[in-house]
Amino acid sequence: MSMSAERTAAPDAPGEGPAPARTPGRWSSVLRQMLQTRRVVFGVVTIVLMVVIAWVGPLLSPWEFGERDYAAFLQPPSPDHWWGTDNTGRDVFVSTMVGLQKSVIIGLLVAVLSTMVAAVVGAFAGYFLGVTDRVLMWITDLLLVLPSFLILAILYPVLRDQGWVVFVALLAAFLWMVTAKMVRGMTISLKEREYVLAARYMGVPAWKIIFRHIIPNMSSLLIVDATINVSSAIIVETSLSYFGFGVQPPDVSLGSLISDGAGQAVTHPWTFVFSTGLLVLLVLAVNLIGDGLRDALDPQSKRRA
Amino acid sequence: MTETITANGAGGPEAAETGAPVLEIEDLHVTFPGRGKEPDVKAVRGVGYSVRRGEILGIVGESGSGKSVSSMAAMGLLPDNARVTGSIRLHGEELLGLDDKAMSAKRGSRIAMVFQDPLSGLTPVYTVGDQIIEAVRVHNPKMGKERAAERAVELLDLVGIPNPAQRAKAFPHEFSGGMRQRVMIAIAIANDPDVIICDEPTTALDVTIQAQILEVLKTAQRETGAAIVMITHDLGVVAGLVDRVLVMYAGRPVEVGAVDDVYYRTRMPYTMGLLGSVPRLDTEEHAPLVPIEGNPPSLSALPPGCPFAPRCPIATDECRAEEPELLEVGGGHGDGHTAACIRAPEIEREGWTAADVYPVPAIGEAPAARTRRADRETVLQVDGLVKHHPLMKGAVFKRRVGTVYAVDGVSFDIAEGETLGLVGESGCGKSSTLMEILSLERPQSGTVDLLGRRSGTMSARERFAVRRDVQVVFQDPMSSLDPRMLVFDVVAEPLRTHGYPKDKLRARVNELLDLVGLDPAHAGRYPQEFSGGQRQRIGIARALALEPRLLILDEPVSALDVSIQAGVINLLEELKVRLGLSYLFVAHDLSVVRHIADRVAVMYLGRIVEIGEVGRIFGSPAHPYTQALLSAIPVPDPEKERARTHIVLEGDLPSPANPPSGCRFRPRCPKFAGLSEAERVPCIEVSPDLEPTGEDDHTAACHYAQGRTVV
Repeated sequence: MSMSAERTAAPDAPGEGPAPARTPGRWSSVLRQMLQTRRVVFGVVTIVLMVVIAWVGPLLSPWEFGERDYAAFLQPPSPDHWWGTDNTGRDVFVSTMVGLQKSVIIGLLVAVLSTMVAAVVGAFAGYFLGVTDRVLMWITDLLLVLPSFLILAILYPVLRDQGWVVFVALLAAFLWMVTAKMVRGMTISLKEREYVLAARYMGVPAWKIIFRHIIPNMSSLLIVDATINVSSAIIVETSLSYFGFGVQPPDVSLGSLISDGAGQAVTHPWTFVFSTGLLVLLVLAVNLIGDGLRDALDPQSKRRA
Repeated sequence: MTETITANGAGGPEAAETGAPVLEIEDLHVTFPGRGKEPDVKAVRGVGYSVRRGEILGIVGESGSGKSVSSMAAMGLLPDNARVTGSIRLHGEELLGLDDKAMSAKRGSRIAMVFQDPLSGLTPVYTVGDQIIEAVRVHNPKMGKERAAERAVELLDLVGIPNPAQRAKAFPHEFSGGMRQRVMIAIAIANDPDVIICDEPTTALDVTIQAQILEVLKTAQRETGAAIVMITHDLGVVAGLVDRVLVMYAGRPVEVGAVDDVYYRTRMPYTMGLLGSVPRLDTEEHAPLVPIEGNPPSLSALPPGCPFAPRCPIATDECRAEEPELLEVGGGHGDGHTAACIRAPEIEREGWTAADVYPVPAIGEAPAARTRRADRETVLQVDGLVKHHPLMKGAVFKRRVGTVYAVDGVSFDIAEGETLGLVGESGCGKSSTLMEILSLERPQSGTVDLLGRRSGTMSARERFAVRRDVQVVFQDPMSSLDPRMLVFDVVAEPLRTHGYPKDKLRARVNELLDLVGLDPAHAGRYPQEFSGGQRQRIGIARALALEPRLLILDEPVSALDVSIQAGVINLLEELKVRLGLSYLFVAHDLSVVRHIADRVAVMYLGRIVEIGEVGRIFGSPAHPYTQALLSAIPVPDPEKERARTHIVLEGDLPSPANPPSGCRFRPRCPKFAGLSEAERVPCIEVSPDLEPTGEDDHTAACHYAQGRTVV
C-alpha cells in the first residue's frame, strides 16, 4: 500500500517538473485489465465463437432450416446429419444453431436492458427521494405484484407480429424490479459518502453524479445481476415458449429445443445434449466475463495483481 | 465539578521501584504468514519490556507500528495463524505456549484489557450489571449471585457512574461512549488484576470525556495496585500519566526510558520527529511543525538496516547497512534509557533537538494579514443560522414528537485571508453548520452570505459561480475520494464541471498534484494505492483546482497519524499564504486549531459560546466551557503536564433534542455550581448572548464571563 508518491524536494515552481507521464483513461485501463485475465479472454472467445458458429453454421450445413429429411427420423449423428435428426427429420445441428441465435440475442439483450432500467430507476429514486422516489417505487411495486407470466401471456398474442424486439422489451420489463429496490437502498447509503457530497458542493448536476459516482460504485452488484439475468431471461423465454407464447414453431430457441428434447433425453440423447450443452456454455461464458469485468472495475478487488 | 491535581502521575516512581516485575516480555516476535505468494508480515520484531506493580508503562507509536499486536500477544488473543516467539512471563510464569483454556483462567483475572472502542466492547442484549457479574463469576464460580451483584454495583460506583444500583440494570445503548468506557474499566478491574492493558482507551472519546476516563484509570490503578500498560498515539496523554515510555516504530522499540528522559533528552530521531510534529497547545509562537517525510515502511518488505533510515534526515550509509541495537544512552546513569540509533552518542554530545535534526520549512506571511481585519473583504458571513431537525415517531402516521436543535442561532464571519477555527465536542453542531453553509439553500432562519451573495436567493447561475469559489475538504480520506476513479479524474472533476479548456486539463492536474506535494506521474493510480496522508493531499488538490477563495475544512487531519498530520498542516498553511485563501477550519483538536487558526469560535450544543482572536481564546478564555475544554487537553510536556490543574467536567453533552433551559452549559458548568441561589437565576432563566469581554472583538456567552489562564 505504501509508496513514496510524495516528492522529497521542497515545493518548486509548478509546471517545471519532469515531463508528465501519460495517464491512461479509466475505460482503457479497465479494458486492459480485463484482457489480462485469462478467464475473461476465455469467456469472450467462447461467446464470439458461439455467435460466429450460430450465424455461419447453418450456411455450412447442407441442410436448410425447416427442411425435413423424410428418410431419417431420430437418427444419431452421422456424416450426413452432423448432430443427428429429430423425430420430424429436421437436422439437429441446423435447428440448434438457429435456436442459439435467438437465445443469444434474447438472453444478452434482456439482461443488459433490465439491469440498465433497474440501475437508473433505483438510483434516481434513491438519490432524489421524496416525490420521485414515491412515484418510481409505486411503479416498481405495481410491476412486482402483477403476475408477469399472465401479463406476458395476454400481451404476447397482440404483439407477436412486432417481432422479437418487442418480446425482448417485454421480458426485460418484468425482470428489473427486485434489482431496482436493491439499487435504491444502496444509493441511499452511497449518496451520503463524502465523494458524492464533494461532487455536489462542486456544482456537478445530480444526473451526472448518479451516472459518474453512484452507478459505477455499485457495478459489482449490477454485473452480477446482469449475468444472472442472462440465464433467467433464457429460462423465462423457454418456459413461455413451452406454454405456447414467446418463440413459436416453426421458429426455435434453445429453450424450445431443450423442452422438445427433454422427453427423449435418455433414449435419443443427441436431441437434448447439444442444445443443453450450448446453453450451459453460453451462461458460463457470460459469467466469466461478468466476473472479470467486476474485478477490473473494482480497484479494491483482491484478485488484482 | 472536581478539580484534580495531576501530581506525579498516580502511583509515582517510588511505587514503581518496589518489587519484582509483574509482566515481563522478552524478545517478542509476531509474524503473520502471508496469503499465497505474499510475503510474511513481521508485525512485531523483538519487543521487550517489564512492568512492576503500580507502574504505568506507555507504549507510543503510529498506526501499524505493532503496539497493539504486542499486547494482544500478551493476552493470548492473536489469531491462530500468527507465529509468536520469545517470552511473555506473568509473575515469572511463562504464558507463551499455554493453551487457550489455561490462558482463559488468566485473562480477566490476572491480566485484563480495556479496548479502544467502547461501542463494540459490550454485548447489547445483556444489562451492564449482568456483564460485570459475568466477569466476576467466571473467575469466582463459588461467589453467590447476590454477592456478585453487590460487587458489580461497587465497581460501577468506583468508576464514577451515578446511581450505580439503578444503572446496573440498564443496557449498553442507554450509556454514552464515555460511560461505556467506564463500564469497560469496571469489568477490567473486577477481579483485581495484576496488569491492565489499555489499548487506546480514550482515542474514540472527546477531550472532556478523555480527561474523565484518565481520572478513572488512575483511580482504578490506585484501588487495584495493578501495573498498567497504556497503548496510545497521543503524546500528551503519555506525558501526564505514565512513568516509563516505549516508542515503537516498524514493529520494534526504538527508544525506551523514563518519561522525562524520552521527552527532554530524546536520542532517537524518530522520537524527536514525533514530538516535534505535534502542534502544541501551550506555545504561542507560530513556527511551522516538524514533518517527517515519507511513510512508515511496509511490515512485509522492510528495508535492510534501520527501518527509519529512509525517512531520517541524518541517516548515513551505515544506518542503511544494519539494524541498530537498542543501546543504553544518557551517560550510563543506569536509569534504563535506551535508544536504537547508531548516531545517538553524537546526538547526545551535540545536544541536538528536533529543530536541529529536521529541516523546518519556512512559511511566509499571508499578504492579506498586513491589512487590518476590518478593512478586508468579508468572505463568509453567517448570522443567526438555525437548523432544527424534527423528531418523528410512528410508521404510517408520522407525528412530530420533538426537535433536535442541531444548530441554534450561530453567527460568525470570516475576512479574506483569515482562518476561523470552529471547535467543539462531537454532537455540538459543527458539521451541521458546515453542511448548512455548503448547501447554499435558504436556512430555516438566519442568513448565510458567501462572497457577498445570500444563500437561498441566488439564481442557479449565481449558485454555480459561488460553488466555484467555495470548496470543501473532508475528514475521512478513505471515503472522500471515489474509489472507482483514477486520481487524475478525481482532481479533474471540478475542472471538467466548470468547463475548463480540455487541452489544458492535463497540465493543470499535474500542476495541482505538484502543488500539494505529490508526484504527477502517479495520476494514473487509484486512490487506495495511496496512504491516508497522500489521499488527504489529493482531496486538497481537488478542492484547490478551481482556485477557490474560501476553503471549508471538515476535520482534515483528525484521521491522520501525527507525523503525517504535521505535513498536511504545513501544506495548508503554505497554500494559504501562496494562494491567499480563507479557511473555515472545523476540528475537535484544539492544539491543531491553535496552530493554524487566526480566530476561534467555540461551539456548545448548537450555539457559539465564545469567539475571538486565537491568542485571546487560548490565553485567557472567558467562558467556563472553553476553560474546561482547554484544560482537558493533555500537553506533551511531562513537567508542565504534572503541574497542571485539570478542570474535569462532570457528565456528558446533553442531548440536542432536549437542551437545558437558560444557559445550555449550566448542568455541567463548574462556575454555576459555585454560585449562590440568587446568582443562579439568570443562568437558569436567560440564555446568555455573546457579549464583548472588553478587549478586541473577543465575545463570550456567559453571564459571569471572566478571563482565566488554563493552559
